[in-house]
Amino acid sequence: MPSAHPPSPGPTSPAPRRQLPGGAVLLGLLLLAALSFPYLFQLPYHRDVVIKLYLFAMLAQAWNILAGYCGQVSLGHAVFFGAGAYTSSIWQTAWGGSPWVGLAAGIVIAVALSLAIGYPCFRLRGHYFAIATIAVGEIVHTLAINWEFIGGARGLTLPIRKDSLADFQFATAKYPYYYIILGLLILCLLASWWIERARVGYYLRAIKEDSDAAQSLGVPITRYKLIAMAVSAGFVAAGGTFYAQYVLYIDPDSVLPLSLSILVCVLAVIGGVGTLWGPLVGSAILIPLSEFTRVKFGGTGSAVDLLIYGALLTSVAVFQPAGLVGLVQRLRRR
Amino acid sequence: MALLELQGVTKRFGGVVANQRVSFTVREGEILGLIGPNGAGKSTLFEVITGTFRPEAGTIRFAGHSLVGLRPDQVNRLGIGRTFQKVRPFHGLTVLENVMVAAMQHRPSPAAARVEALRYLEVVELAEKRDSYARHLSVGERKRLEMARAMATRPRLLLLDEVTGGVDQKTIPTLIQLIGRLRGEGLTLVVIEHNMRVIMSISDRIVALHLGEVIADGPPAAVGSDPRVIQAYLGEAFSAEQPGEFTKVPVNSPG
Repeated sequence: MPSAHPPSPGPTSPAPRRQLPGGAVLLGLLLLAALSFPYLFQLPYHRDVVIKLYLFAMLAQAWNILAGYCGQVSLGHAVFFGAGAYTSSIWQTAWGGSPWVGLAAGIVIAVALSLAIGYPCFRLRGHYFAIATIAVGEIVHTLAINWEFIGGARGLTLPIRKDSLADFQFATAKYPYYYIILGLLILCLLASWWIERARVGYYLRAIKEDSDAAQSLGVPITRYKLIAMAVSAGFVAAGGTFYAQYVLYIDPDSVLPLSLSILVCVLAVIGGVGTLWGPLVGSAILIPLSEFTRVKFGGTGSAVDLLIYGALLTSVAVFQPAGLVGLVQRLRRR
Repeated sequence: MALLELQGVTKRFGGVVANQRVSFTVREGEILGLIGPNGAGKSTLFEVITGTFRPEAGTIRFAGHSLVGLRPDQVNRLGIGRTFQKVRPFHGLTVLENVMVAAMQHRPSPAAARVEALRYLEVVELAEKRDSYARHLSVGERKRLEMARAMATRPRLLLLDEVTGGVDQKTIPTLIQLIGRLRGEGLTLVVIEHNMRVIMSISDRIVALHLGEVIADGPPAAVGSDPRVIQAYLGEAFSAEQPGEFTKVPVNSPG
């Protein structure tokens, strides 16, 4: 039966989409490549590099939610990484609990810590906030070194178990680690994607641009800064637990150092701060670069990777403050 | 009916008194002009009303609520919108997104906020610029953007700080018409303005401040010919003109 109201394609009707947008195709290919990677590359070394890449991409993306979208530059994010790593580890060594419950407990503690740190520190603006977070990070680092219950400077060794999902240990197979951290990274990217489109994302960007003007429009700025801080800290804590389960040994210098807080910031800044893909792009370039230069030049002593980081960071700051993603966007607009 | 009532409001910065026992009321539906020389405490008074500064003494009541001690976002949610003397658009957001941020207070979903924001952009005639970044706007456009943004929070009272400041002469009539249109939407306005022709023609009532104190409060003609106001602010050149010369710009009457 012919329709009573046939569609009349007038000049005002929108043109139908005939093809899949290029972005969706690219995204599908990327996901396919990520999923099939452990089958194509069987060497533990290659898997290890990509696992680190995903871990740091997730940390940098989580940092980006607070610093990139909301403009609150934290240089103390190692605190939340350490909170996740230590909570889940103690949960197992002292109380014999499951690492997965430990993961959840680590997130809860990191979120609570982030609110306790954020509430007073958000009274400070700009650089003063960043300096305060450095101070908090250093205090927590020093406390951990002197706190015997959590192993002090010696750190904590996790009991080695057989490969199992329940114990969150896969020392022989490795690839489950790969899929777990890939899942966490995708979760973090999805959260950022959602934030960008929701009211909270608009509020965060408004606070970054001009918090006084945002507040004059009825935005409760401290509440939204705390929301960004809590979400950011939660993901970083999950990364901390993952690290502890992956390496099975943690100490203050590996999970609470200032250098970790700075690295996370550097990755996001070079990739593109305040963008969805920047932190992943930054990590995809810098983490393998760092690993390969260490292999090439030996040990950590030569620090060639740090030289390259420094040069890249300076170039980004001078020539392209929007990072590599910003550069690509600029070139495409031409 | 008094919508906003200030009673003995005093604000000091160290030894400097910015507002000294300021008392006046703003009635529902009127346009109140706030005049005075630089440093008279006009903008400070806006900051005190909106919660940026807390007054040392005095009470501020708005529609039955006490405002003293509230944060700016709480004051805004009670129904007071404001613009800044030096405009503060969100530079990295588009014109539309600027207004959406404000509209989201009542329309949390971005899609609904977009529709509402566009309506306000049409009121200030900026709809065709919706996809430009705010940093690319001229000063006059920024002023209008800021008015649209403030309106999108659906205030009952709008505080406008020097809407015509830094704007070229051609644009001023557009802004005056706009203020008239805002009143037509049922808004009450308090307007700080240095352009005497503008303020005399749009205001129902004028309050003059000098060194933090109210020195005159009344109809434009009376305040314009008040000797203290002339001495403190207007000067002899202005007083030579008859305030009656100012033709009332046709604005919609309240209600």
